[in-house]
Formats: sequence, structure tokens, C-alpha cells
Amino acid sequence: MLDINDLLNKLEAELKRVIVERGLVDPLMIGIRTGGVWVAEQLHQRLGIQDDLALLDISFYRDDFSQIGVNPNVKPSQLPQDIKGRDIILIDDVFYTGRTIRAALNEIFDYGRPNQVVLAVLIERDGKQIPLCPDCVGTSIKLNAGQRIKLTGPSPLSIHLQTLDAVA
Amino acid sequence: MTENIQLNSEGKLKHFLSIEGLNKTLLTEILDIAESFIGMNDQQIKKVPLLRGKTIVNLFFENSTRTRTTFELAAKRLSADVLSMSIATSSTSKGESLLDTIRNLEAMFVDMFVVRHAISGAAHFIAQHTAPHISVINAGDGQHAHPTQAMLDMFTIRQVKQDFSNLRVAIIGDILHSRVARSQIQALNILGAAEVRVIAPKTLLPSHVESLGVNVSHDLTSGLKDIDVIIMLRLQKERMTSALLPSESEYFKCFGLTEAKLKIAKPDAIVMHPGPINRGVEIDSKVADGPQSVILKQVSNGIAIRMAIMAMAMQKQGAAG
Repeated sequence: MLDINDLLNKLEAELKRVIVERGLVDPLMIGIRTGGVWVAEQLHQRLGIQDDLALLDISFYRDDFSQIGVNPNVKPSQLPQDIKGRDIILIDDVFYTGRTIRAALNEIFDYGRPNQVVLAVLIERDGKQIPLCPDCVGTSIKLNAGQRIKLTGPSPLSIHLQTLDAVA
Repeated sequence: MTENIQLNSEGKLKHFLSIEGLNKTLLTEILDIAESFIGMNDQQIKKVPLLRGKTIVNLFFENSTRTRTTFELAAKRLSADVLSMSIATSSTSKGESLLDTIRNLEAMFVDMFVVRHAISGAAHFIAQHTAPHISVINAGDGQHAHPTQAMLDMFTIRQVKQDFSNLRVAIIGDILHSRVARSQIQALNILGAAEVRVIAPKTLLPSHVESLGVNVSHDLTSGLKDIDVIIMLRLQKERMTSALLPSESEYFKCFGLTEAKLKIAKPDAIVMHPGPINRGVEIDSKVADGPQSVILKQVSNGIAIRMAIMAMAMQKQGAAG
């Protein structure tokens, strides 16, 4: 089973390694709403990041707007006005198709041109649809058809493996 | 009521023609989505890709600066291609020429019309007759409705006062000819304001105005008591000639908002005006430019609210599309 603390420990260690390896200076951490923010809150504290945690809502950048419309629960993104030249750690809960990350990168670059972006996710699952991949993961797993991962939080933060057939 | 042309079969916004017929949930959704578009002002590149590849035509059969420019800017910030047309009308066969205009624009693969017209019901008429995939937004029709203005006013009120349920709102001036007032009254009642009060001389009130769900006062001094939000309306100078009012200065004396009169309202009352302002006719400059005025905030909010409404109307139009 997936234990949230094991995954967070692993992700923290991975991030520490990558921060050194890539030479991140005074990084800005950005969490993607909603699950990514919960994970980022934990890591922000563990890594002792100086700047406030930035929040990103990608609703206006999704590529499926014409199919599903505007998310009525959209919240404003909270990013510093100038991220030009910054080293960014982008956090999400689950990496699946990669489309969320594409949208997130597009939005981030509309705030300014960062120096570099590191992507860290709690869980990477199979099903990638575009050529992006995380730099740091808590774990990588393969799910059966109809299975999905759901994060609940923020406290307690926990992971649930759901079988969609059973739900339906 | 007959089928609401504004909503698709899933109850989602398709056209935005009037506040009437929309419920609190939908109006609140518009306000919430607009809130997120305000956040975009922090972006270096103030643009989101939601309506990339869509074509929006602003059809202005009546003059407007503020409304047209904010609609245009809103469309551009959503990444749509936008074309603004000012079309003078004097023809008596407006019905036919209007449809011809629409048909020609449809042939250019337009996705949305934003319409301002001097005739009440014009936007509704276009919505009924245009191709099914096209959305229509009413940017003011005759004396009927100006729903996006009302929504940006609601947004501005919520920004300052948070909640509608304890609010007493006064709308002051030419209610009779004001499409803005009509839409505001409907929106305030749907959103649950505690009281909507109209303050105007008898000649500038529609008959049976109480049936709109308002209290009526003919005296500004007593009418402003306990008020949280003051909405001044423009006194349309062209009405002066029609014997509805004795003179501008007389009007200002009775119904003009001055600093002294503002003190009668609650100390934290805000002052609003949809513009353009007639300084010294309905409002004193000291009040219009004073600390309680949110008039310029209204203009800024106009962009975000129009972005929200355009984005919502352009989402997938299901079976009804």
C-alpha cells in the first residue's frame, strides 16, 4: 500500500538531491491546486523554503476547455509578480497524462521567464500522453484499467486507490 | 415563462441577454469566475488561452466607449480574435437590415456577437435568429437591460461588502429610462440584498415601479438613511427637453449627491456610477472623486466580469448547441 509519509520522505530526499545537482538558488515553490498545494505545504516546511508558497490554478490554461468549460470552482492563482530569473520547484500530487503540467508551465511563463523549473510529484502513474516527465517522484506505479489515485487533505493528508467500476 | 433562451439544455449559460431568468447560483458563479480573472492582473502577460481561435464581433449600433473597450479588452485577454463594428442606424426597416448584417457576419465564421442597440429586445432578437453555435451577449438594449453592467456592479459591491444579505442599496436618478437600473434591481433581488430603494422624482420613475421589488422614495435626504451602497444614474441630458425636469440646477439641488447628503448614508457607504458622469448634475465632483467612490474600480472590474461571462457562454454547448 501507499503510505503518505514514506512517499513524502522519499520525495523530500529526492528534492534535496536535485536542488544540489541542479544548483537551485533561493527556490520558489509552486503548488498546483488542489492536491499539489497540500503536498507542497508539507515539502515547503520540510525544506525550509524562504519565500511563501505560491499557488497555481490552471483552470484557465486547460486544453479541454471546449469539452468541459470553465471550472466553476476556479480560484485565483497566487504567484509573485516577478518570477523572471527564478529557480522554481513545481509540485503536484499525481503525474498522469502530463497535460496539467503543460498547462502549469504555460501559466508560469505568462508570469515571467524563470531560470529553471524542477517538477516534483508525489506519485507518477502510467498513462503519459505528452513528452514531459517529473524530475522527482515519491513513487512510480502502474495501475489497472479503471483504477485511479485520489488524494484527500489537507489534514490528514492521505492517499486512496479507487476502482472506478466499483464507484459506478 | 417560456423556455429560457439564455441557457442550454444542461442549464449552462449560452446567451447573456438579461438578468431576468437567471438564478442565484449562476450569478454567483459568474462573480466567482470573474474573481479569478482579477488575479490575472499580476501576470506579466495578461492573457489566458481559453478562447484561442474563437472570433468575437462587437456589434455596436449605439455609441459607447467604456463598454465597447472593456468588452474588446476582455475578449483579447481571453485570446479571442475580436472585431469591433460601430454601425449607425437610421433606417426604418431595422429588422431586415439587422438580420442581413448578422447573416453576413455568420458567413465569416463568427462564434459570438456582443450587441448594443437602441431598441429594446435587439440582442434577444439576434439570439433567436442567429446560427445555433453562436452566443450572443447583450451590451445594452434600449431601455430594457444592461446585464453585464449590472454584474460588474454586483462584483464591485461584493468586493467591498462581501455579502449581500445585510445590504441596503439605493439607486438614484432616472430609473424610467435606465436599462442599467432595471438589471441592477433584478440582480440585487436575486442575490438577496436586504433592500433595494429607488430615489427619484415621480416623473423619472416607471409606473408600478414597486412591482420590480423596490421601495420608493422621492426625497434624497430621507431616502439615504441607513444606506450601504449608493448607485447614481446618469441624468440623460436629452430628457431635459421633454419636460420631465425643470432644469439641471434644480435637479442637482434636489437629487444631486453632495458631500453633505452623503453623510446621511452609513459612514462606510460606497458610491457607484455606471458612467459617463455628469459632474454637477447628478453628482458633485468631490463625491465622485472622493474616498467613498468606487467608480473607477467599477471600470476595472468590467474587464474581469466580461471575461467571465464570455468564457462561460463559449463553453461546449451540449445537445442544445
